[in-house]
Amino acid sequence: MSKARFRVTQVGPLVSIQDGGRFGYKRFGVNTCGAMDRAGFAAANHALGNPIGQTGVEISMGGLTLECLSGSLTYAIAGGGFIVEAGQEKIGSWTVRTIKAKQTLKVRAGPWGNWTYLAFAGDMQTKRWLGSASTHTASGFGGGQLKLGDEFEVKNVRVLPTPSASIPCPLFARPRSNINIVLGPQEQHFDPESIEDLQNSPFRLTSSYDRMGVRLAGPTLKLKDVLSIPSEPIMRGSIQVAGDGIPTVLLSDHQITGGYPKIATLVSSDIDSFTQIRPNQSVQFRSVTPEKAVELARLRARVSRR
Amino acid sequence: MTPRFKPVADCALLVEFATKESEAVNQTVIALDRALTDAAPKGMTEVTPALVNLLIDFDPVLTDHAELEAAVRSLLPVKPGTSRSAKTHVIDMCYEDEYAPDLDDVAKACGLTRAQVIETHMAAEFYVSMYGFAPGYAYQTGVPEVIQVPRKSGAVRDVPKGSVIIAGAQCIIMTLTMPAGWAVIGRSKVDIVRDDPDRPFLFDVGDKIRYRAISKAEFEA
Repeated sequence: MSKARFRVTQVGPLVSIQDGGRFGYKRFGVNTCGAMDRAGFAAANHALGNPIGQTGVEISMGGLTLECLSGSLTYAIAGGGFIVEAGQEKIGSWTVRTIKAKQTLKVRAGPWGNWTYLAFAGDMQTKRWLGSASTHTASGFGGGQLKLGDEFEVKNVRVLPTPSASIPCPLFARPRSNINIVLGPQEQHFDPESIEDLQNSPFRLTSSYDRMGVRLAGPTLKLKDVLSIPSEPIMRGSIQVAGDGIPTVLLSDHQITGGYPKIATLVSSDIDSFTQIRPNQSVQFRSVTPEKAVELARLRARVSRR
Repeated sequence: MTPRFKPVADCALLVEFATKESEAVNQTVIALDRALTDAAPKGMTEVTPALVNLLIDFDPVLTDHAELEAAVRSLLPVKPGTSRSAKTHVIDMCYEDEYAPDLDDVAKACGLTRAQVIETHMAAEFYVSMYGFAPGYAYQTGVPEVIQVPRKSGAVRDVPKGSVIIAGAQCIIMTLTMPAGWAVIGRSKVDIVRDDPDRPFLFDVGDKIRYRAISKAEFEA
């Protein structure tokens, strides 16, 4: 089977190998990891006819430049509004293109979004851990972060019959200023005014933002009394409030358990949109019932299957 | 024990047996975890047991909070310690010199000698109450009260992998070199994180652990 080889000639921080995630090990302290924006990642793979969790690269605003050393393949880039320089062509993300030996592919931050995804028509060869290539950035387990000078191979490569195309950007892959949450599971520890503030005041994302989560700026969320709760499970989308009253939204590489109360949790169908909101932009949380949240998740699943 | 059920977003259910930790509560959590794993209710994707509660992740396309709550209720009450026998692990560790930088402070805080702290730690039986924080960080409950110390006011950077650390009733063997705010009382070479798909982590939640001292020479051999 034919293969292609690439070298990393420029790379920013937090550019990592990801796949559909690592399931079943939260009980051992290992979370799912996987793409920050699952919708963008899935769209890139889908455009190539890949399974939506096939191994690819998550690119941060720090950007990535690859040189194709040998071989030829079709690739897709989806997620965020990034700028793609494919040979002489300058285009936006949400694109399918084909690259061959001696050509370079440069991806850099564009008008919107924090993350974009590079998927290959072929099998990217990477380290795997516990059945998944997803990188857990704090430990380095999984495929790992890309570093300057790294080389990797893609096996079983294909050049698609339509070697260039554009990909439609679904609604739930776009940043939105209104994000649905479900209160709890520890909202009872907060004073009622703080529960109101969470839903009625805008919050701003700060630059304390990595794959573990993002700190918000806004009204201080006060606990009724100082308390330490026994360490308990955290999920992707938990809004955790530390003793200083500052909320943090926990994302793909969150720790598995923690002893800070969680005032609310993002509805899963809105997390992808949330991850594309940039630092300094603001967000307005809107509380819905758990039943409504399930409806939203089912609606998104129906739309995605079309 | 009758739990409280709390829906979390659209895709998880928190089942909480108490708000304060105790061995009885934790053993009930572990028993329900095992019962759930065996029963595998429709739509359940993952269970994360913790000290007083457990989180059930589910696929909202296949089920919802109410259906899963009913599935959990049908398994109650669970009998702690009956569904599967826990393994006992004996872990070698070195309590000497540079491997135990906080041992003197622990001894002083507890009004004991170094040797007494070591003896007490070795005489204790721990059980894995949960995993958390980072991959393979098994929280072991069972530090005897006479050698319990609070966590430090701030974390110390770059505490080496293998360090055996204690705070309150908990003991952890660190699986990565990273910051820690607990007292470092020794070091072990045991590999908790293994690249073995059949048994990726040495301990299961509920397993028992004892420690055995080895000399610095043995540790470094």
